[in-house]
Amino acid sequence: MSKVRFELLETTCVPLPLENIDTDQIIPARFLSATSREGFGENLFRDWRYDKSGNLSKEFILNDPRYSGQVLVAGRNFGCGSSREHAVWAIYDYGFRAVVSSNFADIFRNNSLNNGLLPVEVPEKYLRELLDLVRKNPGTRVMIDLEKQLFTVLPAGESVLFEINSYKKECLLRGLDDVDYLLNMRDLIKAYELRNTADK
Amino acid sequence: MQPYTLFDRIWDSHIVRSIEGGPDVLYIDQHYIHEVTSPQAFNGLRERGIPVFRPSSTLATADHNIPTTDQHLPIRDALSRLQVEKLAENCRMYGIRLFGLNNPDNGIVHVIGPELGYTLPGMTIVCGDSHTSTHGAFGTVAFGIGTSEVEMVLATQCILQYKPKKMRIVVDGKIQNGVTAKDVILHIISQLSAHGATGYFVEYTGGAIKNLSMEGRMTICNMSIEMGARGGLIAADDTTIDYLSMIPSVRSRSDYHKLVKKWKELKSDQGAAFDREHEFNAEDIRPMITYGTNPGMGMAIDEAIPIIASHSAGIASYNKSLEYMGFKPGMKILGHPVDYVFLGSCTNGRIEDLRAFAQMVKGKKKASNVTALIVPGSKKVEQQAINEGLDRILKDAGFELRQPGCSSCLAMNEDKIPAGKFSVSTSNRNFEGRQGPGSRTLLASPLTAAAAAVTGKITDPRDLLKD
Repeated sequence: MSKVRFELLETTCVPLPLENIDTDQIIPARFLSATSREGFGENLFRDWRYDKSGNLSKEFILNDPRYSGQVLVAGRNFGCGSSREHAVWAIYDYGFRAVVSSNFADIFRNNSLNNGLLPVEVPEKYLRELLDLVRKNPGTRVMIDLEKQLFTVLPAGESVLFEINSYKKECLLRGLDDVDYLLNMRDLIKAYELRNTADK
Repeated sequence: MQPYTLFDRIWDSHIVRSIEGGPDVLYIDQHYIHEVTSPQAFNGLRERGIPVFRPSSTLATADHNIPTTDQHLPIRDALSRLQVEKLAENCRMYGIRLFGLNNPDNGIVHVIGPELGYTLPGMTIVCGDSHTSTHGAFGTVAFGIGTSEVEMVLATQCILQYKPKKMRIVVDGKIQNGVTAKDVILHIISQLSAHGATGYFVEYTGGAIKNLSMEGRMTICNMSIEMGARGGLIAADDTTIDYLSMIPSVRSRSDYHKLVKKWKELKSDQGAAFDREHEFNAEDIRPMITYGTNPGMGMAIDEAIPIIASHSAGIASYNKSLEYMGFKPGMKILGHPVDYVFLGSCTNGRIEDLRAFAQMVKGKKKASNVTALIVPGSKKVEQQAINEGLDRILKDAGFELRQPGCSSCLAMNEDKIPAGKFSVSTSNRNFEGRQGPGSRTLLASPLTAAAAAVTGKITDPRDLLKD
């Protein structure tokens, strides 16, 4: 099953300058009872977006009309905690296509890459400057060029090169799927099993 | 020959193929699934029209979304019930063994896997649950995965994965009275931070680790993820083999003696290189408690909450965290009132944890201001607790043993802590709202939880052990 290709992205950003944002904040456990992948965006950051009475919390950044865009910029150790892929589905379903941070939790990073959400890891100092800039100038536009692995503040701001492994980059650019890749290797997998049974 | 780490030894022997500049195709020996992170993976198989590649290598349980009372009755919450039914339907359709609700072997996935002998040294193990690292206690490479990866494993018994870096954590010295494995790992995380091991796989070793029971080792490996590690493992030794030899399905295997010989060889070579090393002395470790909203925010129970410099990069997050908890920098929390106590979870829901709790509350009474949730990790643990008379001890002290499940660790079911209430919990995460919207979690050991339960306030368990 091919996935949506990651195109060149030019957009504004939403700054969330907190560290250690865990997947329980991204999507609380009480919303994990669904058996499909759709509709999680509605409850993204549920307990930060809404107050106890279920009204929008005015001070939370997603409810601030000045900020919008397809890139979420957040403090280090983003996506720590639970392995729930629902966190990535929620972020994507809400409309984000990339998350910028100085450090991502391992499972979250894998889940993102498997769903076409690009984790862009930038140096800590760059991240802090970016958060400041975007907070002060909500209209700041950025460009993410996956092919060149460049994150750029527009119109001609400083570019930063980000890392992504070549296999996953190819998958995102071409909309390829890991399961299809593995299914094509079934003979090799069977050969491994035979070899291993023989060892025992 | 170049000296090998235990981690490399297991990982490398499971590589089906290495992709140039890419991940390894890693063969998975044992796959565990549960109701919450598997339905979308089965949907994927259905859309592709493919079967499960090796149904006998996957084992299923219902644990996250189930009630811990009246399990014989239908689940009240419609969505939860549907999710549990969906798991049963998927297992039936794809030929996967399920230890569902009311099965005598049901329980939390990371409790039943080891106790039923499915987790064996040298294996690669995955599950759509971050606490899969628990199984590393048996000398396995075990780690949590997302649902897309669950689908990969169901479809091919393999996963595409980048090899993490290696870290060794050595804990030497004697663990002090009143201090448990939980305090050791909370201490380590408080020193390395909630992201101190991101990108690494940890091997725990040293005298203090080797002297731990399998239950204690599982508690340590379980929380590896809380410092960001991909997983954590401990080499199998006589303690491991003694534990496994008590499991009938393992002991009765025709190749049992051959396996034991192989397990004994599974360790890191002398001089094997790690990318990072940390050393701790168990004698420095006191009973621990967390005061913030990530597991790295922990301190010795008699310490004051750290004051960090106002210009620190993380100051906004730090202040937000303390504000959520209702604490202030520099404050001591010893003696602070407690509303709830939770004993259970894949971290501390095993028989040894119930014994420790029971030993501490024996002959005392539950404090009137405390609501306690005592949740065994599995049906087997529940039965053993009853056989050992722990349920009587608990009852006499005013506690009630509930039925097994993940319960208040993530509060997907009804076992929620109300907003603003303080919960001393033996689970693994103190995130905002983890135990229910607005709940305030203080992570601690079963002994510290028991001390809080009988005194109604945060209490150093060593003070009660003196009596």
